Formats: sequence, structure tokens, C-alpha cells
Amino acid sequence: MPLTDLANPSRFRTFVDRALPWLTTATLFAFAVGVGQVYLAPDDYQQGATVKIMYLHVPAAWLGIFAWVLMSVAALGTLVWRHPLADVAAKAAAPIGAAFTLMCLVTGSLWGRPMWGTYWVWDARLTSVLVLFLMYLGVIALWRTIEDPGRAARVVAVLTLVGAVNIPIIKFSVDWWNTLHQPASVLRMSGPTIHPSILVPLVVMVVAFTLLFLTLHLAAMRNEILRRRLRTMLLMQAEAAGA
Amino acid sequence: MDLGPHAAFIVTAYAAAIAIVAGLILWVVLDRRRLAHELAELEAEGATRRAERGHDAIPEQAR
Repeated sequence: MPLTDLANPSRFRTFVDRALPWLTTATLFAFAVGVGQVYLAPDDYQQGATVKIMYLHVPAAWLGIFAWVLMSVAALGTLVWRHPLADVAAKAAAPIGAAFTLMCLVTGSLWGRPMWGTYWVWDARLTSVLVLFLMYLGVIALWRTIEDPGRAARVVAVLTLVGAVNIPIIKFSVDWWNTLHQPASVLRMSGPTIHPSILVPLVVMVVAFTLLFLTLHLAAMRNEILRRRLRTMLLMQAEAAGA
Repeated sequence: MDLGPHAAFIVTAYAAAIAIVAGLILWVVLDRRRLAHELAELEAEGATRRAERGHDAIPEQAR
């Protein structure tokens, strides 16, 4: 199937039907390997066993940001290229991104309490991630408030692109301001500062969670296409009944 | 596995993550089931899309 065919929602659904079993299998396999590695990973010399929370917290933070970047690209697809699947992709990604951002906040708090002595502090990193979560809720609310999908897509696309300003703020907040949160230790110009015995399980868990995200996102996109088909049929039925 | 003095925080974090992922999976699966059921009901009532009746005026997004 040529890649351009995927722009057609019906063909995209066929593609998703074929791809999902493979993606699900790959996700389960990656989690099996990842959980095994986490189990065997050593404790941190300073943080002890609480470092195990990192294997959830970092992938969740990565996906919370990744989903918004994906939504921003989709927003350009809606506003500039008017791609038929762009707003479907954005709408399907929002609840998944919100869930992973919530997971990042919850696991971060539970990690912070024993390490920092507090569940929460209003520093730049934590606050900017909370803002990201609230923006996700705003986007989801907008999708639900505006009935016409085309109009909702354009309004949400503008809000998404405005909200994208927050992404570099999250990433560089630990460098720009004094924060309780530690500075970047994986994605750094001079390379990771984490020992391989902890870094390798972390990378495997990031891959596993990313595969989970892709699986859920494709399934949610297929649902959204079905929802629009259903909406069209209901409108036509109402139109026929009124004629 | 010895999780040390902060075991409760670690276990709660994993339980919360499992609950959130399970919620996402349930949302996708139940949504699909509900949509498929409603579409099947409509089709049983004889409703079809314009495209299936030979017209091409249906919005691209709905196909």
C-alpha cells in the first residue's frame, strides 16, 4: 500500500486493522524485556530503590511532551495542508497525552516525597508540566464543546500551536531557573550521566511505553474515524426523515 | 526484592501507572465496542452513507 493512500480514512482503517496486532505484540514483548531489566537493575547509590520510580516517570514525561509535539504537527496539517487525518490524529492523541502527563505528575510526586521531603513544590519544571496537563484538559474540553468537527479542529489547532511554546519551557526550565528538580541526565549534549546498568533498562522502558502510545493512538484514531462515519450517517438519517 | 524504607512510595507509583494504562486501554476498547454496536444498529435500520449510494458529496473526513 503506497504511503499516500493512508491519507484516505477508509484505507487508513484497513492499515490500522493490519498493523495493530503486530504493534500490540511488539509492545508486550518490549514490556516483558523492560520489566525484567527493571527487576534486575541495581539500586541507586544515593536514592536507593526509589530509582525504580524513574522507569515510569521518565517515559511518562517523554510521552506527555511527545504527544503535544505530535498534536502541534497535526495542527499544522489541519491549518496549512488541510490533511483529512490531521485533526483525527490530534483529537486521538489528546487524552493519551493527558494520561501520560498525569502519570508523570503522580509518579514524580511519589518520588519527590522520600527524596525531597515534599510531594510538590511550585518550581519551574513541576509547574510547567502541570500547565501542560491543564492545556490537555482544555483541548479535550474544546473538542467536546464544539459540535462541528471541522470547526473544532481549527480552534483546537490554534490553541495547540500556542501551547507548543510550553514545550521548550518544560525542557529547559531546569537550566533557566533554580529548581528542586534535577537537571537533564539523559538527553544532554555531552551524553547521559546515568550508569549503563540503570540507563539500559530506562531506554527499554521508554521504547516499551512509546510502542504502547503508538498502539493506543492508532486504535483511538480508528475509533475517531468510526465516530465521524456514525455522525455522518445520523445526520443523513435526520435529513432524510425531515425531507 | 527488597524495596527498602520507601517501598510504599514505589508500590503506589507502580499501582498508579498500571491503573492509568488500564484506564487508557479500557477507554479505547469500550469506545470501539460502543461505536461498532451503534454503526451496526444504524446499518440494520437501512442507513447508508451517500458514498455507498453512489454519490460522492460526502465530506472526506467522514469516509
